[in-house]
Amino acid sequence: MQRPDMSVVLAGIQMRNPVMTASGTFGYGAEFADYLDLESIGAMVTKGLSLKPKAGNPTPRIVETPGGMLNAIGLQNVGIDAFIEQKLPYLKDVNTPVIANLYGNTLEEYGEVASRLDGLAGVAGIEVNISCPNVKQGGIVFGTDPGAAQEVVSLVKRNTSKPLIVKLSPNVTDVVLMAKACADAGADALSLINTLTGMAIDLDRRRPVLANVTGGLSGPAIKPVALRMVWQVAKAVQLPLIGIGGIMNGRDALEFMLAGATAIQVGTASFLDPSAAQRIAGEMEQYLVENGIDNVRSLIGALEV
Amino acid sequence: MQFKSMVISNVEVSPNYFRMRMTAPQELACAVPGQFVMLKVNDAIDPLLRRPFGLFDVGSFVPEYAGCGAQLYCEILYKVVGKGTKLLAALHHGDLVDLLVPLGKGFQMGPAGEEKVLVGGGVGLAPLYYLAKELKERGEKVRLFAGGRNRDDVLCITEFERLGVETYVATDDGTLGERGFVTQVLERHLASGMRIFACGPTPMLNAVAKMSQKHGVPCQVSMEAYMACGVGACLGCVMKGANHSDETPDYRCVCKDGPVFDSFELQWS
Ligand SMILES: Cc1cc2nc3c(=O)[nH]c(=O)nc-3n(C[C@H](O)[C@H](O)[C@H](O)COP(=O)(O)OP(=O)(O)OC[C@H]3O[C@@H](n4cnc5c(N)ncnc54)[C@H](O)[C@@H]3O)c2cc1C
Ligand SMILES: Cc1cc2nc3c(=O)[nH]c(=O)nc-3n(C[C@H](O)[C@H](O)[C@H](O)COP(=O)(O)O)c2cc1C
Ligand code: FES
Repeated sequence: MQRPDMSVVLAGIQMRNPVMTASGTFGYGAEFADYLDLESIGAMVTKGLSLKPKAGNPTPRIVETPGGMLNAIGLQNVGIDAFIEQKLPYLKDVNTPVIANLYGNTLEEYGEVASRLDGLAGVAGIEVNISCPNVKQGGIVFGTDPGAAQEVVSLVKRNTSKPLIVKLSPNVTDVVLMAKACADAGADALSLINTLTGMAIDLDRRRPVLANVTGGLSGPAIKPVALRMVWQVAKAVQLPLIGIGGIMNGRDALEFMLAGATAIQVGTASFLDPSAAQRIAGEMEQYLVENGIDNVRSLIGALEV
Repeated sequence: MQFKSMVISNVEVSPNYFRMRMTAPQELACAVPGQFVMLKVNDAIDPLLRRPFGLFDVGSFVPEYAGCGAQLYCEILYKVVGKGTKLLAALHHGDLVDLLVPLGKGFQMGPAGEEKVLVGGGVGLAPLYYLAKELKERGEKVRLFAGGRNRDDVLCITEFERLGVETYVATDDGTLGERGFVTQVLERHLASGMRIFACGPTPMLNAVAKMSQKHGVPCQVSMEAYMACGVGACLGCVMKGANHSDETPDYRCVCKDGPVFDSFELQWS
């Protein structure tokens, strides 16, 4: 049998396979070059970029939990200028699409970062992290209010000509409502899910483990929630979806595709296995071969309910 | 690099302290003392993350099976403190573990002729043994100041002495060596022309860093932090640099910029 066709197109971005790396778990790509072939994966997503460099939170910032981990990195990043000067040149030489993940502390910042990234060769698309508090409006998180999300997405849309992916927060009552708001505002694709807000307590010290008190839960523990959300959104919205949450192997990834995802992102798994993204792409292909499936796209949304 | 390693031996050397020897890739021949490994204790998702351990020793051995040339091994010295290290202690000869090696920046040994002063407590002695071995191979004069809560925390002293290292010991309860902090013993011996290499609990490193500053003796410290990736990607393991402030933040990754730092690079409480 011929090798199965693993390629997908996501909002105009051509990818050799559906495996992307998740923002904040793959640095700026170079950190992993010793461990896998960066040209074996579908796309790379950068650490969340902001207008100015961001220091991030005090430590401890991470703690392991059963089947997962909490992080409160606080979006530490080099800032958009240093990204363009120091990180992008390396990524340009890698023949794999680069998606720039971005966020803002205010509505205006989102627009500014997007316009700085527009027109940059070497950036195939942008992913907007809306799971951030708006410092100007009492810290209400953009991604938990349909009106605020719509405002952010429309503003970014006006400031970019690149494919626009909006990354949804799971910390909402109705993810479909948020997805529809982002779709109406001009998103070309949706990625979900970001981390679930959680907390860990040190009983003996009677203190929270993380300096930030709360953090974002990721890893295998969140996979069922992520699958459910992808499935719900896929039924309600026409946009292509990127499934994220606890994907550890090829089978996990294909489950997300059945639920309706066109592509998937590998996050926490890269910490336990720095070659995870490449391995998962291989395992997906292997599954297709073993099951006589010649095209990975035929699995998108093929869940039988 | 990522390497599937086989456990060669895993021995309890003191109550709750284990010394584990594993097969290592050829690349480890270029490892530097102070560098560390990230070890996945099993294939399961619990515990999820790898665990960091300093290199205690790197050497070569000839495997028992026939037709095989010399091969590299590495060793770690660890204390059982929780879930991961408990599982680690249950491993036997022949079990497989997944390693990322060698990670981080190690100790810079400095010019020949200085007196090299090693200061450690508990498992902090692990990277110092590897360092002492390399320093002794260069014919350097090496002294060790080892501390702990009690005698059980003062590990592998005979091994250090076998290398020809002059050792000084202090324990909180006086069950071995002097009673008190090892840093007090160190202070009595500090003199110019020395170079300090320290690894151990943060309060100890804090004291050593301040003392070295006071006496104008160069000092490197090996730090610990919670780690997820070990390769500089997650930014979970950072420490404050010396000039860090809320306005001009300066965070350093322990896994990538460290774990060994010049003491003046960091902010001490
Ligand atoms: C660069 C580096 C080198 C290290 N070298 C050694 C070594 O040579 N020998 C050795 O025994 N230990 C070493 N450690 C510490 C070791 O990584 C932890 O003890 C280990 O990860 C605990 O795992 P656990 O699952 O048993 O404990 P857990 O169940 O995860 O936690 C148990 C206790 O250990 C503490 N702990 C957990 N992880 C760490 C950590 N990364 N650093 C400090 N404390 C932690 C927790 O606060 C908790 O109190 C090193 C750490 C670093 C960062
Ligand atoms: C340490 C860490 C840092 C992260 N940083 C970002 C970030 O900067 N921007 C973002 O949109 N998501 C960030 N995420 C969320 C991940 O991209 C992903 O959505 C989440 O971890 C769920 O996937 P996983 O279970 O496969 O890790 C981060 C996650 C982790 C664990
Ligand atoms: S452990 Fe991930 S950056 Fe250091």
